[in-house]
Amino acid sequence: MKSLEELKAIREKMQGSVAFRSEDTNQTRVVVGMATCGIASGARPVLTALSDAVQSKGIKDVAVTQTGCIGLCQYEPIVEVYAPGKEKVTYVKMTPEKALEVVDRHLIGGNVVTEYTIGALAK
Amino acid sequence: MGISVIADTGADTLTVIIEDDGCGMNEEQVKKVTDPFYTTRDTRKVGLGVPFFKMAALQSGGSFEIKSEPGVGTKVTAVFGLSNIDRMPLGDMAETIHMIVTMNEETDFVYTHKIDDRGFVLDTRQMREILGGLSFKEPEVSSYIKEYLEENIAESGNGTVI
Repeated sequence: MKSLEELKAIREKMQGSVAFRSEDTNQTRVVVGMATCGIASGARPVLTALSDAVQSKGIKDVAVTQTGCIGLCQYEPIVEVYAPGKEKVTYVKMTPEKALEVVDRHLIGGNVVTEYTIGALAK
Repeated sequence: MGISVIADTGADTLTVIIEDDGCGMNEEQVKKVTDPFYTTRDTRKVGLGVPFFKMAALQSGGSFEIKSEPGVGTKVTAVFGLSNIDRMPLGDMAETIHMIVTMNEETDFVYTHKIDDRGFVLDTRQMREILGGLSFKEPEVSSYIKEYLEENIAESGNGTVI
């Protein structure tokens, strides 16, 4: 069985080297719908892909969180991006692959991936 | 918040217990909560989580119970028939618990995973004490928690997946 000893080692290793992050107003929130409808259509791997990518690419000021049913079950998995001072962007029918594209092009690059948004689908 | 997954091969049961020390529900609400057309949200008229959970337990020959007291908390106990063909697979508990724990840092979780006499308990209060102010979202910490869950769940199962 894995023990908590390793966690102590991580803590010691990171002591001093990490500026403890706090939630600030400049933070972009990436929200994944994780109600029954979202999970049934594959939201969990999308959420995992997003949080893994944000962590591994070391993107600052982005918090990946989950929410309940957004009310558009037919478009699940849904990912919403709330950037401070900007209009909310709603991505629909997401997959882990599309999510990684959103990370690279939108969260890092700053450009909305228009083809995956709800607006593009409705047309 | 406590989440327990306990398999007993002798009794052929899989028991899932979810309990909290939150606001609780009154008798009326407890009666209504398994009704798919009851919800406290105002966004829509249905609430399917609890009804589905109950259905899944009952269709595998199990039982379902909610105990709640306003101001004290709620305890949901679902018993499944472990080997029943209609019991849905447990799914990826490591990923599920990892996500719940790292995304809700304001809540303490105690996850108990047991298969007969093999198992483990993850208590976020112990982890937080070790980490000081370090977030569960820090990549090293996050992947440690994931590995901790994956390895310990695999070892509890001793080769079998429930």
